Amino acid sequence: MNMQLVTGNHAAGHSMSLAGEANRTARGSVCGVYPITPQTEIVEFVARFPFSKGKVIPVESEHSAMGVCIGASLNGARSFTASSSNGLAYMAENVMVAAFYRLPIVMAAVNRTLGPPWNIWADQGDSLMFRDFAWVQLYCDTNQDVADTTLLAFRLAEDPRVMLPVMVCMDAFITSHTSMEIEMATQQQVDRFLPDCDVPHRIDQSHPVTVGGMAFPQETLTHRTDLDKAMKQVPAVLEEHRTRFKEVFGREVSGALTSYRTQDADRIFIASGTISITLRDVIDEARENGEKVGMIRVKQFRPFPSEELVALCKAATRIGVLDRNYSAGTGGIFWQELRACMQGQGEHLIQGYLVGVGGGDVVPEMIREIVSDLGQRTCAAAPIWKGIDQ
Amino acid sequence: MNAASPEYLSPDCLLRPGNTNCGGCGMSTGLTMLGRALENERYSLVIPACCGIVTAGAFPTTSYNVPVVASTFASSPAYASGVAAVNELNPGRDHKTDHVICWAGDGGTYDIGIATLSAAAERNEDLIYICYDNEIYGNTGGQRSSATPAAARTTTTPGGKGETKKEIIEILAAHHVPYAATLSIAHPEDFREKIRKALRIKGFRFFLIHAPCPTGWKTEPAESIELVSLAVRSGVFPLYEVYNGVDYRINAEPDGTDPAAYYAKQRRFTGQEIDLERVKTSLRRKMRRLHQLASLNA
Repeated sequence: MNMQLVTGNHAAGHSMSLAGEANRTARGSVCGVYPITPQTEIVEFVARFPFSKGKVIPVESEHSAMGVCIGASLNGARSFTASSSNGLAYMAENVMVAAFYRLPIVMAAVNRTLGPPWNIWADQGDSLMFRDFAWVQLYCDTNQDVADTTLLAFRLAEDPRVMLPVMVCMDAFITSHTSMEIEMATQQQVDRFLPDCDVPHRIDQSHPVTVGGMAFPQETLTHRTDLDKAMKQVPAVLEEHRTRFKEVFGREVSGALTSYRTQDADRIFIASGTISITLRDVIDEARENGEKVGMIRVKQFRPFPSEELVALCKAATRIGVLDRNYSAGTGGIFWQELRACMQGQGEHLIQGYLVGVGGGDVVPEMIREIVSDLGQRTCAAAPIWKGIDQ
Repeated sequence: MNAASPEYLSPDCLLRPGNTNCGGCGMSTGLTMLGRALENERYSLVIPACCGIVTAGAFPTTSYNVPVVASTFASSPAYASGVAAVNELNPGRDHKTDHVICWAGDGGTYDIGIATLSAAAERNEDLIYICYDNEIYGNTGGQRSSATPAAARTTTTPGGKGETKKEIIEILAAHHVPYAATLSIAHPEDFREKIRKALRIKGFRFFLIHAPCPTGWKTEPAESIELVSLAVRSGVFPLYEVYNGVDYRINAEPDGTDPAAYYAKQRRFTGQEIDLERVKTSLRRKMRRLHQLASLNA
């Protein structure tokens, strides 16, 4: 077992590079890269990796970084990149194209607060602005999860039933720059896990087509419903590849949802990313005090695992959603999604909590307050901001 | 090609029959000439938002007989860098690398795409970038771009444009690209020869085609070739090449034709006070400078 003490960025860079190298037996790997704090170390890792059939193109902007990935992927290469915050915002137009062209590009998104004001700390508002862009989104909690989910992302993206780009998200600094001991994948394992990347609609001199020309509403409607079909395949395909992952690597990689002590819980808390780790400790504490509480970590935000969440939450009377993101004029984005899927599923008190928006620490005490607040609440209120100086 | 079937009806030519381009479109003629110059070559086009992608027609048909990738407006050199990198890693027939060509309008080149273009040129990507310059946002109905010449009326400069056109070849030359040249659809042999020459050069190659847009320039479609011919002869659009950013060569000398005829044929200049003496002085100065640069390597 190859254990190493590495940061989240290192974990992502390592997995991406090994995935790229694994495609040396096919059309190789090509990525466009551009720095932005706090993901820079990922693209630096990729840029110094000695690919035997690969090319890293250091471009002039995030918009072009994704542009290079799109061109390379349309020509049949395995392609990946990383970005954060305003870099993702600048990249946005091409992020959308990657999905609408059905390209299996993998991107590490290190969740950083969007500016202004300029702020480099964790907030999921950057990647969540792409919630309607047809990317699969997976939010990681630990460095091991980042390393393994990145590998899983390639398998999922390139599966012919899916053929969609995948974003692997992690919290700025808390994950990206904090070292944890993890089990590192070897090239041999990655070679076994990832088959050759085959983009079936790649450009071909013997069959010239125009990719991305004009289409009328009827054809566009078909395109959109095809995206919907592909998204619906994701849960089952992800499970298949998780099984395969365990066979190859000998360990589990977390799935769409991780429920913890929910079975007899009357209060369920929902969180994503590193907050779910802190939440888990608080749940254990509360359980010791005899409180019937449980939690669900949502990893797969797109497609949103509605049915599974409904099944897990059905018996709970109160649900608290912790969001490290904020959609102005409404509330947290996971909270909105949860409310939407719980429609018509019976009487549940669903309360949103805005925690660590703008990157503030989400400490156990803050979560204890939330656990207690939800227990005493008689009806749901507007999302509650936490961490504001009184 | 047999005599009974003219080239423009052949599905094997780059721009296939049935495309919906306007009559007198300089871009359209440019594509035909490009196709002839690249006969028997393997290549793909990357085309940003512009008339060039509308040319393809509606899904699932295409007017192009080679693979085409549509890019976002500012991105053609970035997408093309990705395509070319994969070609480089996977040499095809006879270990030859397929060519990748960006085909973009002046909006995508001079304006929104200039950062992407500059970056790809600076990285010396193995690409051919061709700008068909119709000096206007033609696809959206004729708004000014930084390639629009002074005094031209557009929908966003209804009183005539006050500023002069950018010198894009000079900008590319300042990047020290291996090859940059102008092309005129009134000079098909020069056009073909320079494209063929570019195929033998590795690295970033840039072409600028003077491409009349009858709807935007308010000109007669039948006069497009005559217009660009006048532009070469009067020095409005000199035909020249720049190797490695320093080695200048003039391909056709202006013959002293008065630029007045070039302006008079275009209703985009109607009602504009064009000081022809000033125009002539500035064109003479531009040619003198080109001669000086060309003489440096004589």
